[in-house]
Amino acid sequence: NIVPTPVKISLINMLSETGLQVIEATSFVSPKWVPQMADHTEVMQGINKLPGISYPVLTPNLKGFQAAVAAGAKEVSIFGAASEQFTKKNINCSIEESLERFDEVMRAARAASIPVRGYVSCVLGCPYEGKISAAKVAEVSKKMYSMGCYEISLGDTIGVGTPGSMREMLAAVMKEVPVGALAVHCHDTYGQALANILVALQMGVSVVDASVAGLGGCPYARGASGNVATEDLVYMLNGLGIHTGVDLQKLMDTGTFICNALNRKTNSKVSQASCRL
Amino acid sequence: QEPQASGLPEYIKIVEVGPRDGLQNEKVIVPTDIKIELINQLSKTGLPAIEVTSFVSSKWVPQMADHKEVMRGIERHPGVQYPVLTPNLQGFHSAIAAGATEVSVFGAASESFSKMNINCSIEESIEKFEEVTKSARNMNIPVRGYVSCALGCPYEGNVVPDKVAEVSKRLYSMGCYEISLGDTIGVGTPGSMKKMLEAVMKEIPLSALAVHCHDTYGQALANILTAIQMGVAVVDSSVAGLGGCPYAKGATGNVATEDVIYMLNGLGINTGVNLYAVMEAGNFICTALNKKTNSKVAQASFSTGTI
Repeated sequence: NIVPTPVKISLINMLSETGLQVIEATSFVSPKWVPQMADHTEVMQGINKLPGISYPVLTPNLKGFQAAVAAGAKEVSIFGAASEQFTKKNINCSIEESLERFDEVMRAARAASIPVRGYVSCVLGCPYEGKISAAKVAEVSKKMYSMGCYEISLGDTIGVGTPGSMREMLAAVMKEVPVGALAVHCHDTYGQALANILVALQMGVSVVDASVAGLGGCPYARGASGNVATEDLVYMLNGLGIHTGVDLQKLMDTGTFICNALNRKTNSKVSQASCRL
Repeated sequence: QEPQASGLPEYIKIVEVGPRDGLQNEKVIVPTDIKIELINQLSKTGLPAIEVTSFVSSKWVPQMADHKEVMRGIERHPGVQYPVLTPNLQGFHSAIAAGATEVSVFGAASESFSKMNINCSIEESIEKFEEVTKSARNMNIPVRGYVSCALGCPYEGNVVPDKVAEVSKRLYSMGCYEISLGDTIGVGTPGSMKKMLEAVMKEIPLSALAVHCHDTYGQALANILTAIQMGVAVVDSSVAGLGGCPYAKGATGNVATEDVIYMLNGLGINTGVNLYAVMEAGNFICTALNKKTNSKVAQASFSTGTI
């Protein structure tokens, strides 16, 4: 269901009040491909931009980058993949070609002093290729980091990873990219996300992507879940005594808001549980 | 199956609690033949232990009223344990008469929970269990001890790790061969799991410990991972994640066996269990209960057509 622009803006504004420091606002991609993000300019211009909070946007190419900057974006993201087949199916070119496209964005971003975050998809498995070698993930991550991405977010796109494969993949990537520049983006499609995140934290990773209410199913497994819920992640980090600056109650209220607006149940177990300690 | 990650147990024993703990916390009363069929299917998956039923008064737990029929009706596969709950001596005798060869007793680390659940103090409950363990010892019947509320209590809130250690030690000393530490309301996190296990491990050998994690707050697999990183090698789980949380309406309870096995397979840890066979059993009972599975692995596998 296409979410109305005012609802998107309210969601982002509410998230801005929770203590979260980074909120991925929208994607400057052609509405032909991603109708849900067609209102990218209105959203970017409509949200309250609080000081100290970053509002990165996706920019798959130079055109999207320019539109993003014109709309007021101060940080952008580019999406690579560790799988040739996934890249071909997703953006119709090879990994090498995709990195050449990104290079245009990197150059323009550097000239405009705009930080760029790099995503690597399929780091623990690919819907088409199956197993993905840790060495390949390290290679693509290294390229994107060398191109100028300040941070590389390693995505378990189909959620097939386990603490075993997470450890192996991170060990390989950490040989090429400093751990301070690494983030993990785990999907909970197989219920492994928090365990995978725990292992990443144990290995020194300190940036974790998550989605309020666990919004976002898996496009490769119909009916299955996708993103890990921010509420469940914060609950775990609180229990570990790790500081995040995020107010869990305000986060849960935000999750309730968007789920009501979408007329759907939350994917966050913390939200679902009604007993309080 | 991946090569085994270092520092972790090579083998983990999965104790399947779906037919008892799982079904006990499902609203729909399941017909006896369905229960028997479920257990028979689980017996073929490689699971080494399957908790069959509970010899408790049917007044209190109507779902388990058919305990004798279930015990007598199931296939007993060699190499598989079929423990049953026996809250007191009367239940114990009834279980033995019905053919049980292993029993379990349920303590708690919280006085309020003990009072609300079984209407007596922890000390009084221990005395009852001692009657059971004494009889069990005379008959060479192994007894497993459960400690509820190990990481939090729905009435008392925070539970002190030393209290968990104290109750565990009492159960172990009276002859329980294994102590299963239960995060009854699923509030635990890797932080509280670590602290609790450190306290308990001072009193009980690692090889006699098990964890029974609930996924009510989505923390179960992370908590189980923490436990196995500390050397725990016995994990309780429930096929299809059967069994909601009686203290949080609509929330989930038991962690799904499928999701645990998926994680352990990925860590290269041997369980002897066939994941697909468990998913099939899960599919059977969910169809019978007319409900969706709580296992994310099962959901994803059915969606992608792996099953």
